[in-house]
Amino acid sequence: MIDNFPYIAVAILMGLGFYTLIFKKNLIKIAIGITLIENGANLFLITLGYRKGSVAPIYTQAPEGANMVLPTPQALTLTSIVIGVATTALILSIAMIIYRKYGTINTDEVRRLKE
Amino acid sequence: MKGEMSIIVKTITKLIYGFIMVYGFYVIVHGHLTPGGGFQGGAIVASAFALLVVTYGNQGVNNYLKKDVFSLVESTGLVLFIAFAFFGLGVTFFYNFLANSGGLFGNPAIIGVNPGDLNTGGTVPIMNIAVGLEVLAALTVIILTMSAASEITKEKEN
Amino acid sequence: MKKSIFGIALIFVLAFMILAAFDMRPFGEPTVSEMDDYYIQNAQAETGANNVVTSIVFDYRGFDTLGEATVLFTAVLGITALFREVVR
Repeated sequence: MIDNFPYIAVAILMGLGFYTLIFKKNLIKIAIGITLIENGANLFLITLGYRKGSVAPIYTQAPEGANMVLPTPQALTLTSIVIGVATTALILSIAMIIYRKYGTINTDEVRRLKE
Repeated sequence: MKGEMSIIVKTITKLIYGFIMVYGFYVIVHGHLTPGGGFQGGAIVASAFALLVVTYGNQGVNNYLKKDVFSLVESTGLVLFIAFAFFGLGVTFFYNFLANSGGLFGNPAIIGVNPGDLNTGGTVPIMNIAVGLEVLAALTVIILTMSAASEITKEKEN
Repeated sequence: MKKSIFGIALIFVLAFMILAAFDMRPFGEPTVSEMDDYYIQNAQAETGANNVVTSIVFDYRGFDTLGEATVLFTAVLGITALFREVVR
C-alpha cells in the first residue's frame, strides 16, 4: 500500500486542481488549478517509468552495473513541462488583458459587465 | 528610478547574474553528457534576465535588453533547429548525420560508463544549443512584454 | 444547488482516482520496457551521446521537440499580439 504513495499523490494533486477549477472564481487561481492538474499528469508519467533501485539514464560517471530507469517518459515529460510553461504564460497574459478591460478578474463580475 | 529595488538587492544582482548566465550556458553545452539540456539551461539563463528585470524595473533595463534582439535570437534558434533537421535529409528528417563521423562532435562515445567527451553526440549538442537559444529568448520576451504591460496597466489605474 | 452537484461529482472523481491508485500495479516495476531497454543499450552507439534522455529528445523523437518548439514560438507570438500596444 505504501508502495503506491506516488499514485495517491497524483490523485490528490489532480483533485485539488479540479476543486480549484470548479469552485474558485479568480482567474489567477484558475491558472494555478490548471498548473496543478498539469503537474499531476507529469508526476504520473514520471512515476510510471521508475524502476526500483535504478539510476538516471546518463552514462557519465554512472555507478558501474546499476540498472537505469525508463528514459522515454522522462523525455516526454520534459516536452510537456515546456508546453505547460508556454500555455501558463498565455493564460496569465489573457488574464492581464481581462483585468485591464473590465477592472476585475472575478469571472462572475466579468460576465455581469459584459451584458 | 521608479520600480527599482534597494541597494542591497542591486549589489547582489550585479555580483551574481553573470554566474547564473555562465551556469546556464554550461548546462546547455554539456546537455549530451550531464543532466540538463537546451530547455533547462535556457530556463536558467532566462531566470538571470528575469532577475535583472525584477531588480532594475522595466525602465532600467529598457536600454540594454531589447525585445527585437531577443525575437531575432528566438527565430535564429528555431531556424537553426529546423535547418539541422533538414541537413539529415539524405537519409531521413532528423537523421543524426554527424554522429560517429570523426568530424565536428563526431567522436564515437565509449560504450558503457565513461567520464564523458565533449566532442561526441553528432547533431545532439547543436540541437541543444539551438533549442537553448530559442527557450532563453522566448522566456525573456515573455517576461519583458508582461512587465511592460503591467507597468502600463498601473499607469492607467492611477 | 449547482455547486453541490459539482461537489458530489468531484468527490466521486477523487474517490475513483484514489481507488485506482490502490489498484495500480506496484510502484517501481514497469511491465513493458522493451523499447526503453533498446534505447538504454543502443543510444550511446547510435547517437554518441552519454545522456540517453537527451538523445531521445533530440534524435529518436525529434518530431516531438519540433512540435514543442513550435508551441513555444506560437505562445510568444500570441503574447506579443495580445500586448501589441506595448511592443509597437
